[in-house]
Amino acid sequence: MERFATLRQLSQGLADGEYSSAELTAAYIQRIEAERAATNSFITIDADGAATAAREADEARAAGNTGPMTGVPMAHKDIFCTSGVLTTCGSKMLHNFVAPYDATVVTRLKGAGAVNLGKTNMDEFAMGSSNENSAYGAVGNPWDLQKVPGGSSGGSGAAVAAGLTPAATGTDTGGSIRQPAAFCGITGLKPTYGRVSRYGMIAFASSLDQAGPMTRDAEDAALLLSYMAGFDQRDSTSAYREDAWLHAVPEQGLPAVDGALTIGLPAEYYNNLGIADQFAEVRRVMEALGHTCKEVGLPHTDAAIPAYYVIAGAEASTNLSRYDGVRFGHRCASPESLQDLYERSRSEGFGAEVKRRILTGTYALSVGYYDAYYVKALQLRRLIANDFNAAFADCDVLLAPTTPGPAFARGQLTKDPVAMYQQDKFTVPVSLAGLPALSMPCGFADGLPVGAQLIGPAFREDLILGLARDYQRETDWHLQSPQLSSEKSS
Amino acid sequence: MNWEPVIGLEIHVQLATQSKIFSGASTAFGAAPNAQACAIDLGLPGVLPVLNEKAVAMAVKFGLAIGAEINLHSIFDRKNYFYADLPKGYQISQFETPIVGRGDITIHLDDGTSRTVGVTRAHLEEDAGKSVHDLFPGQTGIDLNRTGTPLLEVVSEPDMRTAAEAAAYFRQMHTLVRYLKICDGNLAEGSMRCDANVSVRPVGQEEFGERTEIKNINSFRFVERAINFEIERHIDVLQGGGTIERETRLYDPDRDETRSMRGKEMSEDYRYFPDPDLLPLSISQAYVDEIATTLPELPEARRSRYREQLGLPEYDADWLSNDPDVAAYFDAVVDATGNAKLSGNWVMGDLSAFLNRTETSITDSPVSATQLGQLIARLEDDTLSSKTAKTLFEGLWEGNGEVDDLIDSLGLAQMNDAGELETIVDQILADNPDQVEQLRSGKNKVLGFFVGQVMKQTQGKANPQQVNELIRSKV
Repeated sequence: MERFATLRQLSQGLADGEYSSAELTAAYIQRIEAERAATNSFITIDADGAATAAREADEARAAGNTGPMTGVPMAHKDIFCTSGVLTTCGSKMLHNFVAPYDATVVTRLKGAGAVNLGKTNMDEFAMGSSNENSAYGAVGNPWDLQKVPGGSSGGSGAAVAAGLTPAATGTDTGGSIRQPAAFCGITGLKPTYGRVSRYGMIAFASSLDQAGPMTRDAEDAALLLSYMAGFDQRDSTSAYREDAWLHAVPEQGLPAVDGALTIGLPAEYYNNLGIADQFAEVRRVMEALGHTCKEVGLPHTDAAIPAYYVIAGAEASTNLSRYDGVRFGHRCASPESLQDLYERSRSEGFGAEVKRRILTGTYALSVGYYDAYYVKALQLRRLIANDFNAAFADCDVLLAPTTPGPAFARGQLTKDPVAMYQQDKFTVPVSLAGLPALSMPCGFADGLPVGAQLIGPAFREDLILGLARDYQRETDWHLQSPQLSSEKSS
Repeated sequence: MNWEPVIGLEIHVQLATQSKIFSGASTAFGAAPNAQACAIDLGLPGVLPVLNEKAVAMAVKFGLAIGAEINLHSIFDRKNYFYADLPKGYQISQFETPIVGRGDITIHLDDGTSRTVGVTRAHLEEDAGKSVHDLFPGQTGIDLNRTGTPLLEVVSEPDMRTAAEAAAYFRQMHTLVRYLKICDGNLAEGSMRCDANVSVRPVGQEEFGERTEIKNINSFRFVERAINFEIERHIDVLQGGGTIERETRLYDPDRDETRSMRGKEMSEDYRYFPDPDLLPLSISQAYVDEIATTLPELPEARRSRYREQLGLPEYDADWLSNDPDVAAYFDAVVDATGNAKLSGNWVMGDLSAFLNRTETSITDSPVSATQLGQLIARLEDDTLSSKTAKTLFEGLWEGNGEVDDLIDSLGLAQMNDAGELETIVDQILADNPDQVEQLRSGKNKVLGFFVGQVMKQTQGKANPQQVNELIRSKV
């Protein structure tokens, strides 16, 4: 088995009887355990659960009961509740939390026969852009362990890039799938808000959180999405959609992109861009594919980061109120009163970045500040969404950098939260608008991967995934793999 | 100085849905602690609320019944505060955009007058759990069974001027929600709880005085007593030159007083904002119209019908229309007999006495409305006397048989055979010559003696009027 195999290749290998799911799963588990320390991309390895699921998948296959994901291993970000398996959300607060239920995403992939290898590392409560905010240690970027893998889905990004899993789920609130995908040189999709159920996915900012696939290429992303997506009556914000193309993905793959597209290049994203050469090359490939590129404007781009940190902080400040030491999770020793229980449990259980966002969010919702901050941020959000609507009147998809540059060094931005927040300036506007966007590898800078972002109109994942698939047929950036420490030594 | 109290009530009506407002857990009362709290009620990580449509329908029904504006677009907000029995650290409620807008409720006072009390709004929200302070020494127990139980919070205008009016309003609300079948009305189980806002002002003054809020009163009697206590307290403070602080107080029924619970300095900032887990609630006019067709005859309409169409006195009309189950029973008896006054007397009299004595609900009455109707019919056709009717009622209550069978088996039919009765009367007159003499000399009181003797002899089966006439004619 090839180390950097795609889901589809593994699915074919299983179908062809090259290996059983039990063998495949055991090989992945062995690799994860052997290389765990290098990237620290897993918080929990579920060797037993994976072995059981693999055996069941093999039995299902023997019974002739298979689909494309039957017996294919993958991993879940540790933000998804998994029945009977620890779910920490990267926080000390949940160091002992074992959910009595599966997240809908987990249920659906389990139902498709996928084997969960374990739970990937992440910034605490998905708050961060470097995976340095995890209570379970920072994650190393497989391309250079001294660089960050991005965040918050840094563990998923690093694990896929290192070949520890062929694919992983991630979640994206302001860029948490796309930015680590870019930094790790993989493909990551943030679907349209409402496309994937949020049930059982631990909330950071409810109006922005969206789960998506992190994979080796666009076809794999589509495949995983086809199982993750769908209306869920347990999530009032999930969308009821009848997208025939999505249902057809497991059997037929992504549909062809219909004709020549107009690809918008938002000028605000290219100003003083340090990785402009790579994007000139992306543009050349897109034009070679028969598409037209044109500059468009997204004039409220600069307002996105402040608006985002007000809205996401406000929602997070109340979403995280349930971590109070009363019913589950971390509880301080010998509380003297209810107040003491709250204060010490929360002070001990939450990390610095989470506290910072709870405090700013609480402030933004307080009497006297609500209108000035929260309501104003909602107005900006509307303007930003209008920008995109206007742009999509002129073009079919948008092409932009995912991040201002390649992965930065560990520790480089930890002392400067505002500079850290600016890392998300190209991903946050899309989140505020609730639109689908993906990041795909499009070159290297300083030996580190660079990601290109394709942004589509609401529920047009078919367009951006199809375009990425076409791009990946013309290029081999997504086929590059890091020289891993274990390989170097052997 | 003369003072005028100003009172407004906030009544929490627990909606009678099978499951909770945002989860599928049961709302049944009395289960073992935390047996009816699912992952959503517990506020576990990752869970999400999904609105129970039944609660929406009940809120709309209530709004229509008080002639209120129904907001087709309403919003659920989070009310943020920390408490051990509030699992998520916020309560989902409706703040700026409630589902039910301005409406009115008519109340009836003991002096026979009526007045209208404005309802400012009514909104949907989830209940919190319970903290149990007295079971575990030094610790507090948390029971989350009640968490997520749907509540309709009905906020009145500050339209009431006496504690009696407030109590009447609370009672009228109780009657209404039971008519609408949106609440079981069980005050002892906390199905309706009331917060009272009380202030006083000098008579003639336009602006309101500072108010205090009395929390969590759950009986009609206590509402009146708590408010009266608070009115007196306000007047005492103000007349003594003091000022009233805005604060929350608790009523202690054992000591019949209110006590400060938390003051202004502790007033919390609830940081209300729209719950991003729930979409704005949009309902169509067609949905509202559909619910309108399910409205039952409302208490006011029934009361008027009893007075105007059935000709009942005001007291009877009130009494019989107050409880929808009683009213339904009464209607069935009237249907069977056509005699509203007599039916009312039986329902309010013997039936009510038996039900009260045995603590039986009228819906569980061993004597059915049909049976009571037949009994009344037998009274009207003179088969029964009022005395034998009572005996028959007892027999029916004990479940000893149907009306006509029991009349036969117990021998309760009046002795309408003049010949047989005449023989008995003759005998008694013959046995009591002294009394006959007294009656002849005009002592009419002796007539009662003879009637009594006859009734005794006939075991009450004689028709007293007939006996009267017989004796008079003979003496």
